[in-house]
Amino acid sequence: MTAPLLDIDKLTVSFPTPYGRVEVVKGVSFTLGRERLGIVGESGSGKSMTGRSILKLIRPPGEVTANRLTFSGIDILSQSEKQMRAIRGARISMVMQDPKFSLNPVMTIGAQIAEALVAHTKLPRREIARRSRDMLEAVRIDDPDRVMRLYPHEVSGGMGQRVMIAMMLVPEPDLLIADEPTSALDVSIQAQVLDIMDELVRNKGMGLILISHDLELVSRYCDRILVMNAGEIVEECVASELSAASHPYTRGLIAAMPHMDETREILPTLDRSQWEAT
Amino acid sequence: MSAISLNNVDISYGDTKVAFGTSFEVAEGESFGLVGESGSGKSTILRAIAGLGTTWTGEVSVLGQPRKPGIDKGFASKCQMVFQDPYGSLHPRKTIDATLGEPLSVHGIGDRGGRIEAMLEAVGLDRRFRFRYPHQLSGGQRQRVAIARALMLEPKVLLLDEPTSALDVSVQAEILNLLKRLRKEQNLTFLLVTHNLPVVSFLCDRLAIMRQGRIVEIADIGQLKSGKLTDPYSRELYEASGGKTS
Amino acid sequence: MATTRDWLLADSPTSRFQARMGRAYRVTVALLHNPLATVGLAIVLLLIATAIFAPLLAPYSPIGQDLPNRLKPPSAAHWMGTDELGRDIYSRVIYGSRITLMIVLLVAVISAPIGLVVGAVSGYFGGWIDRILMGITDVFLSMPKLILALAFVAALGPGVENAIIAIAITAWPAYARIARAETLTFRNSEFIAAVQMQGAASARIIFSHILPLCTSSMIIRVTLDMAGIILTAAGLGFIGLGAQPPLPEWGAMISRGRTFILDQWWVATMPGFAIIIVSLGFCFLGDGLRDVLDPRQGENS
Repeated sequence: MTAPLLDIDKLTVSFPTPYGRVEVVKGVSFTLGRERLGIVGESGSGKSMTGRSILKLIRPPGEVTANRLTFSGIDILSQSEKQMRAIRGARISMVMQDPKFSLNPVMTIGAQIAEALVAHTKLPRREIARRSRDMLEAVRIDDPDRVMRLYPHEVSGGMGQRVMIAMMLVPEPDLLIADEPTSALDVSIQAQVLDIMDELVRNKGMGLILISHDLELVSRYCDRILVMNAGEIVEECVASELSAASHPYTRGLIAAMPHMDETREILPTLDRSQWEAT
Repeated sequence: MSAISLNNVDISYGDTKVAFGTSFEVAEGESFGLVGESGSGKSTILRAIAGLGTTWTGEVSVLGQPRKPGIDKGFASKCQMVFQDPYGSLHPRKTIDATLGEPLSVHGIGDRGGRIEAMLEAVGLDRRFRFRYPHQLSGGQRQRVAIARALMLEPKVLLLDEPTSALDVSVQAEILNLLKRLRKEQNLTFLLVTHNLPVVSFLCDRLAIMRQGRIVEIADIGQLKSGKLTDPYSRELYEASGGKTS
Repeated sequence: MATTRDWLLADSPTSRFQARMGRAYRVTVALLHNPLATVGLAIVLLLIATAIFAPLLAPYSPIGQDLPNRLKPPSAAHWMGTDELGRDIYSRVIYGSRITLMIVLLVAVISAPIGLVVGAVSGYFGGWIDRILMGITDVFLSMPKLILALAFVAALGPGVENAIIAIAITAWPAYARIARAETLTFRNSEFIAAVQMQGAASARIIFSHILPLCTSSMIIRVTLDMAGIILTAAGLGFIGLGAQPPLPEWGAMISRGRTFILDQWWVATMPGFAIIIVSLGFCFLGDGLRDVLDPRQGENS
């Protein structure tokens, strides 16, 4: 195996509260190659904060420390804000939960996709237009020339999220971080969007971190899964072996989900005392 | 007498029609799921039954009484609603005690303290939550408070608008268990609006699937569990939700 | 003391009273953490204390004339000097705080509730009620404050009471606008729908559910407006339409001192300082309150 794309050792994120600093991520370590990694956890597990700290998006008074946080050899923590801007978008991209808040409402979709290229490359204008168009086609938008002239409010949620993915992937980054990319979408569109993302990530050989609360979804689209709870990784496993998970928290999560052919009278709930005492 | 009955109901917002000729019946004590994706009109129908700012044409009746626009006290004591967003459904400046006491004082019911404490216990909340503000509670605890508030007037019918979709899986399980237990204890009728088929499978006896303002299929829960839905759209939804096709 | 603090900050209060006191305590502590707000609060408290204890603090009568000692510069006997009738300016400034405080309080007490109710009713019902109420509000809002106040005082006759009424009439439309905007943001929220589902009447929803949410932004706005109210009152006094002689109103005092401004600067300057300090005090306090009360900045923590 070659040197990892991302190497994280003892990452800690903390925020001040009236009762002292509280660590929301407590010493998380993992490495990532050109593979698809899923981070699963419930709200407050620190999964989103982990994703954000890779891009140095934690604002003060939040504080990020780590023994090591390197992205293809670059020490992220020592990068200046200006150097980070060159990395964000160009080498690491992030897809957020809700396209409504991530797209600029007063810019056309075409202009926003082009913006991502203009900011990081010095391509001629016609080349930029061509690439933007191709990218929209790649996320299976039927009439890319028309959609490029539309404003975000004129497209549906599913299409908005596909536009987001196009925008994030057009500079051809090495790593894509997707934080709950489909939880604002309907189930039937979710699969479509994830399939597109999955295909692009595989074809371009990028690394993917898929952050989600949905165990099933993550196990379908990732190679490896980290399960987080209360700021710590409680379990790491190969996606296909999720059903054989050993940690009581993971097992509890799987059991708490209702099934399509539900026959249980009562759903088992998590008994948090089981592992929090340790 | 059916708990909820809709006959050929059309609903429109201004010039756009959002529900077309909707008809279904929910028997007393039954739990009925109304399933669809965003924009299918499922929440609109729920709000029309509740009388929350929606006008409709056709016949709607609850427990045999035809619904008129608006909400009067008689209806309020028979039919209540639990909302989707546990963060938006509690008044941010009122303690849990004030939130739960409000329906009692609207209806002039006495023994507030006793009733509130009994209800907190029924929904599995400790007494010490009584004088807290909503921001001191977690999402699951807030949703328990919202359920408690809906039950304060001892209604027969509960309208549930995506009651667990904003919650974590483990908390969802707790709330679903709670709803199921309360339904059994108080012999409630549920009308559950959701996009989540497995939740329907756990909580409901029958379901209707909606698409673009129309009911495409009304099915028995057994049909859902065994994957024997007939309408093509229902099957599509079933597969997208992780159901296995036989 | 630690026990009182624990009681106030208890995670699970045991009574309505304790919950309410705990909230008030948290707001106060947060306010005192902001240095400018503390300064503002101190100035406002000083103003109130001065007004209450004016007879004890003032060395002379505010209207007692002493013609041999007229237009004396500040000295040990007269800290702020004397005016053209030999009256002690320090005593007059101290008594003037009563008039200023009365104007400010009465204007707030009259205009804020009117604005709140008009705005909340307008925002809650919408439709034609909204159009009529906001139409009236806009008419008032479109006229310059001081000119409108002038017109009212001219019609009602000069005097402190009429100045107060005039200022209150010009102040409420801005509050109505704010209250309406706030109401619109939660008119369709689920917690309002939940009260509607309980069969509560519209008046009950507006007064006990919507108004409490508008009050914090209203308190902030009124506090910030206090400075403007003081200036308008002083302005009316300055042109002789506010408080009448011999009342020691600060604006009227500046107006009288104008004649001697080049030779006896203290006559106009001392009440001027008083106006500036009190206005600043209200501004600082208003800014601090905004940081503490505004739900958009924190409150969840």
